[in-house]
Amino acid sequence: MNALNTLLGSGPGAFLAQGGGSFWLPQRGTAIAGEVDSIFNFILWVSLFFFVLIVGVMAVFIVRYRQRRAGEVAASSVSHNTALELTWTLVPVALVIVIFTVGFRAYLKLTVPPVDAYEVLVTGQKWNWQFTYPNGYRDGQLHVPVDKAIRLVMSSEDVIHSFFIPDFRVKQDVVPGRYSKIWFKAEAPGEHVILCAEFCGTGHSDMISKVIVHPAGEFETWLEAAGGFLDKLPPAEAGERLTQSLGCNACHSVDGSRMVGPSYKGLFGSPRRLKSGDTVTADEDYIRRSMLDPAGQVVEGFDPVMPTFQGRVKEKEIAVIIAYIKSLSDREAPQP
Amino acid sequence: MSMSTHTPSSAADDNYLHHGRGLKSWLTTLDHKRIGVLYLISVLTSFFLGGLFAMLVRTELLTSGRTIMDANSYNQSFTLHGAIMIFLFIIPSIPAAFGNFVLPVMLGAKDVAFPRLNLASWYLYVVGAVFALVSILAGGVDTGWTFYTPYSTSTGGAVVWLTMGAFILGFSSIFTGLNFIVTIHKLRPAWMGWFKMPLFLWSLYATAIIQVLATPVLGITLVLLVLERTFGVGIFDPALGGDPVLYQHFFWFYSHPAVYIMILPAMGIISELVSVFSRKHIFGYRFIAYSSIAIAIFGFLVWGHHMFTSGQSGLANMIFSALTFSVSIPSAIKVFNWLTTMYKGSLRLDTPMLYVLSFLFLFTIGGLTGLFLGTLATDIHLHDTYFVVAHFHYVMMGGTLIAFLGGLHYWWPKMFGRMYSEKWGRTAAVMIFVGFNITFFTQFVMGSKGMPRRYYNYPPEFTIYHQISTYGSYLLAAGFVLIAVYLIASLFKGRPAPANPWGAGTMEWQCASPPPYYNFHAAPAEHDPYDFSHLRYDESIDGYLPAPGAQGS
Repeated sequence: MNALNTLLGSGPGAFLAQGGGSFWLPQRGTAIAGEVDSIFNFILWVSLFFFVLIVGVMAVFIVRYRQRRAGEVAASSVSHNTALELTWTLVPVALVIVIFTVGFRAYLKLTVPPVDAYEVLVTGQKWNWQFTYPNGYRDGQLHVPVDKAIRLVMSSEDVIHSFFIPDFRVKQDVVPGRYSKIWFKAEAPGEHVILCAEFCGTGHSDMISKVIVHPAGEFETWLEAAGGFLDKLPPAEAGERLTQSLGCNACHSVDGSRMVGPSYKGLFGSPRRLKSGDTVTADEDYIRRSMLDPAGQVVEGFDPVMPTFQGRVKEKEIAVIIAYIKSLSDREAPQP
Repeated sequence: MSMSTHTPSSAADDNYLHHGRGLKSWLTTLDHKRIGVLYLISVLTSFFLGGLFAMLVRTELLTSGRTIMDANSYNQSFTLHGAIMIFLFIIPSIPAAFGNFVLPVMLGAKDVAFPRLNLASWYLYVVGAVFALVSILAGGVDTGWTFYTPYSTSTGGAVVWLTMGAFILGFSSIFTGLNFIVTIHKLRPAWMGWFKMPLFLWSLYATAIIQVLATPVLGITLVLLVLERTFGVGIFDPALGGDPVLYQHFFWFYSHPAVYIMILPAMGIISELVSVFSRKHIFGYRFIAYSSIAIAIFGFLVWGHHMFTSGQSGLANMIFSALTFSVSIPSAIKVFNWLTTMYKGSLRLDTPMLYVLSFLFLFTIGGLTGLFLGTLATDIHLHDTYFVVAHFHYVMMGGTLIAFLGGLHYWWPKMFGRMYSEKWGRTAAVMIFVGFNITFFTQFVMGSKGMPRRYYNYPPEFTIYHQISTYGSYLLAAGFVLIAVYLIASLFKGRPAPANPWGAGTMEWQCASPPPYYNFHAAPAEHDPYDFSHLRYDESIDGYLPAPGAQGS
């Protein structure tokens, strides 16, 4: 793309990673983002040229040939010119062939990962992202090392989502029942937002996470420390961490505010009025059932939208989440 | 039919509006002009409803988080805005309202080939619209107008009502298309070869081909969707062994050609208007006619460009990207031809012409921004962002709706026999042009900066763009309200329209305004629809009359 950049009067240096973005585009976090941007700018210049040409000619005609007196007739009756027609057919044909070609070549780079890429599994579900690392550790945020190709293997638990990192100029639908792949190589430490770009329901616009790019050497340390938190942290703290990595906090607040689901604050030990009309007390079993069979006991005023976590959380994980929810309530465990 | 036995008291009174009175005479009419008027009232009502939902959506987006409604209501609002605007307004708008009214007259015919099928088409439209209304009352729909599976088969609400509504509307569209194809083939006068037809008819013909060939695929797809949702037949849902991407192929196999169902008739209107208001023969008639057909054909081959990020293969992406660019060429040809038609013309800047100029400006932006989306590398970033929203509003609204308004102001005197206020007409045209650009140009910028579409909440850096866009949409809405006011006022207080107020050469301007029931008392003679040399401006009627001795006089 160097030739293209020179053509546009800006050196390749303008497209280094960590670019600050422009009027049109967000900041750039990868080298390929710079290539995509230079194609964007190339099409922008082509478009501006034709726009100014068409609207300019139109403006000149309006001024020059405006009817001054009702009933005036046209000064010319020319109705065709084959050479002109062929010119404005063939010039656009040549231009779109160029645009297609540069776009396709950059697309290949954008979609074909290097063979030694580091693999992270991505699960999309209403309405959070989960990232599973090679050691089995799961997190709600995507941690990656700098300057290393990362390959994401993605699938959805429910409907179609779309994994979108604007700063990296990558996007790929995450479809239930199949795996889709995407890759990138972050050029500098920092954070970038991850969005869901395919409409997926009530919490679609809250299905947000971030990529955290670690400086050289620090990612491995982080992963090792993060991996054993269930054993290392006190249960309530481990539970807090787990609710974040499982994405529970996308729908359940901890400060009493109402989101898609009920808040955790003051939940434990309180009476719960269900849609079925029954009232139950939120004890350990209630919380456990709410995770494994959420549709079985929906609280009045809420929709049955929570996915089941049956088979996706281990007993020990359920225990620490219960410990965490307990810690958010000042009620004692109900006496039988 | 009672009206066919009706004898007019005088020739002047014998126009189609007075030929038979009462609601029943309208609801059982077989007159293509009355069916056109019924369609016009229906699509304008739908446009009003779709516009209300647009205002709700834009107002909600003034702030991130709750402004006037919760997330579920917002999701339903944009779904209904899209579904109503696409299925109930844009697709039937120009062909069913103006096409029905002028197509037979432009051929010098008494009616379309199948008048009863024509009336049936309007009734199907009404039934489809009722289904859509029921879906709003029966719990709403929050899938987006695209009904993507498996979301649409798993979410609550009245998805089946709305999809069945779209299914029925599809048949209404097929009936209209079929009727137009047969009418153009069989009812042309002997002297009118294909290349002597007005270009509006070429565009309606190309549109009708797409309506007849593509719409059945949408019908089948929606039926499969309903089967899966209602009976659990696994077609698209992977949990039942189906494939959700298959749904997208089926859906876009119709819905991309449908984009050309929407834009081709608009291009036809522009071809007529640019020539009439330049007082000059259309430039490049054959290139414009062929490019309509080219667009109809290429339009069938590009549906996969809606799916570059869906997970379809890289090879498919490459082919669809290449084919997509092929559609841009005939559109560019048309723009250059319209522009050249104005060269050395005598441009009348009346309200319809202001919409032509507006169209050229907005459609150029809409077309050029399509280049960013047809290009693979840039589409990956821009797909499903506000850049796409802005692009298709520039094409569908800046293109089709603006041309529809141009056609409405052009044919209004013919349809109702009254002139509207030119001053207010021009004011509204400028308000809409300015309001439109404020609303939607802003969306290009936020989209390329990464703002996804269909978002209820959004990051704070996008607040300023959303607010500018919303305020622009209020100006836009005010323009539409103004049009409604002065057009309705013109029915009561407007100056009676001359037969040919704009000096146009197509045949509908040879009969009185409004046209007599049978359109013509005598068959019009052979003429070139873009030759204006035989027309002379007459100050006393503020319209044009055939010059003494000229043909057709």
